[in-house]
Amino acid sequence: MPDYNTMELMICTASRELEDGATVGVGTGAPCAAAMLAQKVHSPNLVILFEAGGIAPLIPEMPISVGDSRTTWKAISASGMCEIMETACRGMLDYTFLGGAQIDMYGNLNSTRVGTDHQKPKVRFPGSGGANDFASFCWRMMVMTPQDSKRFVEKVSYITSPGWLSGGDSRAKSGLPLGAGPYKIITNMAVMDFEPESKRMRIIAINPGYSVKDVQDNCGFELLKADKISENHAPTEEELHVLRDVIDPYRYVIGR
Amino acid sequence: MDVIEEGIGDIFTDPDADKARAFFRGKSRKMESKVMSVKDAVEKFVHDGDYLTIGGFGANRVPIAVCHEILRQGRKKMGFAGHTSTHDFQILCAGEVFDRCDAAYIIGLEARGLSPNARRYMESGKVKVSEWSNYALAVRFKAAAAGVSFYPARNLMGTDTFKYGGGKIIECPFTQTKYVVLPALYPDVSAIHVHEADIYGNCRTKGITVADFDVARASKRLIITCEKLISNDEIRRDPSSTVIPYWCVDAVCEVPYGSYPGNMLGEYFSDEEHLKEWLKVETDPEALKVFLEKNIYGCKDHFEYILKNGGMAKMQMLRQKEMMFIGAR
Repeated sequence: MPDYNTMELMICTASRELEDGATVGVGTGAPCAAAMLAQKVHSPNLVILFEAGGIAPLIPEMPISVGDSRTTWKAISASGMCEIMETACRGMLDYTFLGGAQIDMYGNLNSTRVGTDHQKPKVRFPGSGGANDFASFCWRMMVMTPQDSKRFVEKVSYITSPGWLSGGDSRAKSGLPLGAGPYKIITNMAVMDFEPESKRMRIIAINPGYSVKDVQDNCGFELLKADKISENHAPTEEELHVLRDVIDPYRYVIGR
Repeated sequence: MDVIEEGIGDIFTDPDADKARAFFRGKSRKMESKVMSVKDAVEKFVHDGDYLTIGGFGANRVPIAVCHEILRQGRKKMGFAGHTSTHDFQILCAGEVFDRCDAAYIIGLEARGLSPNARRYMESGKVKVSEWSNYALAVRFKAAAAGVSFYPARNLMGTDTFKYGGGKIIECPFTQTKYVVLPALYPDVSAIHVHEADIYGNCRTKGITVADFDVARASKRLIITCEKLISNDEIRRDPSSTVIPYWCVDAVCEVPYGSYPGNMLGEYFSDEEHLKEWLKVETDPEALKVFLEKNIYGCKDHFEYILKNGGMAKMQMLRQKEMMFIGAR
């Protein structure tokens, strides 16, 4: 079995979710690496979109910004914010990958602040960017993040981007487009989905070398467990080769 | 129409479309030369207290010369649209230029990390903040550009981004679906960097437009910086390439390498070493002071800033980085 690190494992797992011909809205870093990997290994017709306007580029190397030159390399269109988000709102974007400082059991994400005084926050983060928009519109929202009870919290300090809100049918009632929402959460230890009725986070697969207990011990709320929990497979030689030698040769994302 | 729910955030600009129409009625339609220096443009069109928008995408096609000049001229108490803002936000925070901010994306420089100084500023309590998303602000510009006081959208609902912003939720009169309605945003002044413009302000850009199409039209006053001036004949030879028509524009400033240290599609790549240095010096307020004195306050203009950071040799390297990248694969 090839040797690999946590980031490589999460990126490879995430890339396998992106089927050929699908559309995915991504940011810089790991999400972009996962989309590029999918495009180069098994989904050559994957359509990658960036919030700043790039549509269907054949990205040659890791962009440093979702608006830099690489995001429109051999693209079919260099558009703008409204074109991308309107396309998503129309129902044309299948997937997105988002992140944040905190996530709760319904997949709500915080990338805005810690502390209670909004005008003088204890810690300020960038805010939504395009995350609230992608989370509202894309059919299936996914998150890649390390399994850590400081990140997986009972209650996020602030909901920047919507998950299933307070569970059940709360998202459907909110006015957000019907049928879209969090789909899978990919960590270094496991893959989670959301139980269809309660919309609570649920373990469905465990990564090599970890147990259900490890996952629960590193989560700030009680996780549901699927009836059958499968074992997630490790990155293949081919995935690692493409990721290390083609996509991220300077190891900006996957580390050294 | 009944309001079902509303955010508690401030709306810093007046969304009234008739007041905006009255302003635009008085805006010049004359095709006359608007060419001037960045210094003159900022003196004339950027005032203390104005609400400001910066075009481009953070460190891509951004009017850096205007941002620096705003600091040099000591503008204060401005409002700012924190829409896709990264290095531009970092510069304006270094000058403590604004005291109210519509926040969609602030503080961060994407994959490069967070700006320690911008973070300190936004955690200081000195800035009133209203929350939005990037698309929400783009929609607000779009409403203003269309001459209406609001636009509907389907994001934000159910989140704190809605709660701490200024949107309202209403019911669609046709389908009874809930929508968030977002107030038009007419900036007092905006600055946009473009590839080419003529002396009247007809502009061309290459690549992504981000929200600039609407920002240009929504703004009461607009400063254009361009990589190079082109003739009006050239604009008329290919009218389908015009992104911004001259009547939106109040000043045209020719600033080659005007997006430096940012990226300019097809021209030059971003200076990642310099941007890294910015982030590093910000960890020490004293070092930041020295750095700002060298790179902004102690510079006459954008040329001097470039000269202090490697001059033409650096620019050629960044051109090659952009070209090699484009030609290499």
